[in-house]
Amino acid sequence: MLVPVPSAPLPPVPQTPSEPIVVARGLCKTFRVAEKQPGLGGTLRHFLRRRHRDVPAVTDVSFTIQPGEIVGFLGPNGAGKTTTLKMLTGLIHPTAGSATVAGHTPHRRQRGFLEAITLVMGQKQQLIWDLPPLDSLRVNAAVYGLDDTEARRRIDELAEMLELGEELTRPVRKLSLGQRMKAELMAALLHRPAVLFLDEPSLGLDVNAQARVRQFLVDYNRRTGATVLLTSHYMADITALCPRVLLIHGGRLFYDGRLAGLSERLAPWRQVRLELAQPLPAETFHSYGELESLDGAEVRLLIPRQRLTEVVARLLNELPVLDLEVSDPPIEELIGRLFRQGVVA
Amino acid sequence: MASDWRRYTRTLRRFWGTALAGQLEYQLNLLIELLAMAGNLAGSLFVLSLFYGNGSGGSGPGLGGWSWPEAQVVLGVYTLLDGVSSTLLRPNLSRIVTHVQEGTLDFVLLKPIDSQFWLSARTVSPAGLPEIAVGLALMLGAGLKVGARLDAATLALVAVLLLSSTVILYALWFLLATTSIWFVKTWNATEVLRAALAAGRYPITAYPAGLRTLFTLVLPVAFLTTVPAEAVLGRVSGPWALASLGVAAGFLLLSRAFWRFALRFYTSASS
Repeated sequence: MLVPVPSAPLPPVPQTPSEPIVVARGLCKTFRVAEKQPGLGGTLRHFLRRRHRDVPAVTDVSFTIQPGEIVGFLGPNGAGKTTTLKMLTGLIHPTAGSATVAGHTPHRRQRGFLEAITLVMGQKQQLIWDLPPLDSLRVNAAVYGLDDTEARRRIDELAEMLELGEELTRPVRKLSLGQRMKAELMAALLHRPAVLFLDEPSLGLDVNAQARVRQFLVDYNRRTGATVLLTSHYMADITALCPRVLLIHGGRLFYDGRLAGLSERLAPWRQVRLELAQPLPAETFHSYGELESLDGAEVRLLIPRQRLTEVVARLLNELPVLDLEVSDPPIEELIGRLFRQGVVA
Repeated sequence: MASDWRRYTRTLRRFWGTALAGQLEYQLNLLIELLAMAGNLAGSLFVLSLFYGNGSGGSGPGLGGWSWPEAQVVLGVYTLLDGVSSTLLRPNLSRIVTHVQEGTLDFVLLKPIDSQFWLSARTVSPAGLPEIAVGLALMLGAGLKVGARLDAATLALVAVLLLSSTVILYALWFLLATTSIWFVKTWNATEVLRAALAAGRYPITAYPAGLRTLFTLVLPVAFLTTVPAEAVLGRVSGPWALASLGVAAGFLLLSRAFWRFALRFYTSASS
């Protein structure tokens, strides 16, 4: 079982002498939800006598992010990622704890703060559906107080980076999902925010479009020095973009550090791949470790790190082993496992 | 301050420009709205004419001591207000519920511009403009018929009182729409408001004493239509005119304070 990290933030990996641009201190958010039994009876009872209970969505989450960092925010559905992002962007008030982003307290939503940040949500869109993206961009330019020349310059620059051309003059409803997401990014970045909060920006995109959005984010970060906090279901996004990850589960922060170090913390076991001289029944392997897969004569086992030497010796002695390979399980698998089981044994 | 003004006026231009462009994408919808407006107006003229037996209009006292043309002034003010709400209030304020339900309020709250301004002025619908013109014509025409003196001072007072009516109506509606932060579904509440305000078609004195009190003190229907109509007829008293302004300012401030308070409870529709 993993133990949540203590509330004091672990030192961020690429430690720079500058002040952190994002600081979360003991952030907590509790939602009040209605308790309702299914069926008509339950509905009637709920209508007459409402019962609520408090559900903690985020509990005591602390971390800091330095300017220019790209940090991946990982966790299964309902882990509290989006709730944390919403507290950091000032959309919801924390129940306890505090946050500072670009020198401001988010939920006060002061103009200086709102001009310094952006939030991209893969499942919500701000573009006007019936009009070309250019119209929405012009609205945003006015809202952010950009004059026409400056707005034009930034639109051209972003359009070039995102490889958007005549799509900007086509009604949004006629764009592909990938084109729409690129236009959403333009709308979200027109005011050159210093901190980008990206919530599943590549959701639903095909592999090519995902790769292009990723490349854009890397270029954008390099060009502007913007800080990025990104959640994604696609491990490829995280591995390609984020040297550092935050892992949240059940509303608590479980890990804050390098992506590479995550497997050690997440996986107190190693993966052993065996090639046998002949196929053996599954029961054979129970005494060695957890059977991960069995495909004819090819077997994959998960073995606790501390027993590795002993088990490998036994395997070589007791089974007709042709080939044996020890490796760290892929990060995707570890996280997938964590997401499925809730805990890592 | 000056740059703020510039930012808001430019934003408003872009808001309305894109709103009109968006509606032109659906011509049929616009046509249907105009038809509905015409039907609505004809209906209220007919109902009012029933009160007076023959609609051609005698000058004897009819509804609550108001003659037919005098009551027409009230109907004119009501039509004008209804036109303003079709043009500006309904298109914007009825969307607040959707914003809350779908979580798109997030985008509004993330913009460095007043969120109440955004929600109240984001769109405009030209469908209500004919109604405004008809209401204005009815109000002034009926006023002239009963010999009202429409000099510059009267017209200015009428304009101010109409503005204050609009602000009261807006603030009431915005207050109700704000409750969607907690209840999400508030269409029913908005319907109740619309029904109550429809009472403003007729002079306030036409109602029994109990309702009259309700429409003056609780739901300020009296201020919405009767007071501006009295101004057209040159018989509004100073205290009533001041009270109208006071009520408008009060409700406006209340709507702002309530919105800010409500946002503390916004949970943002989950992904």
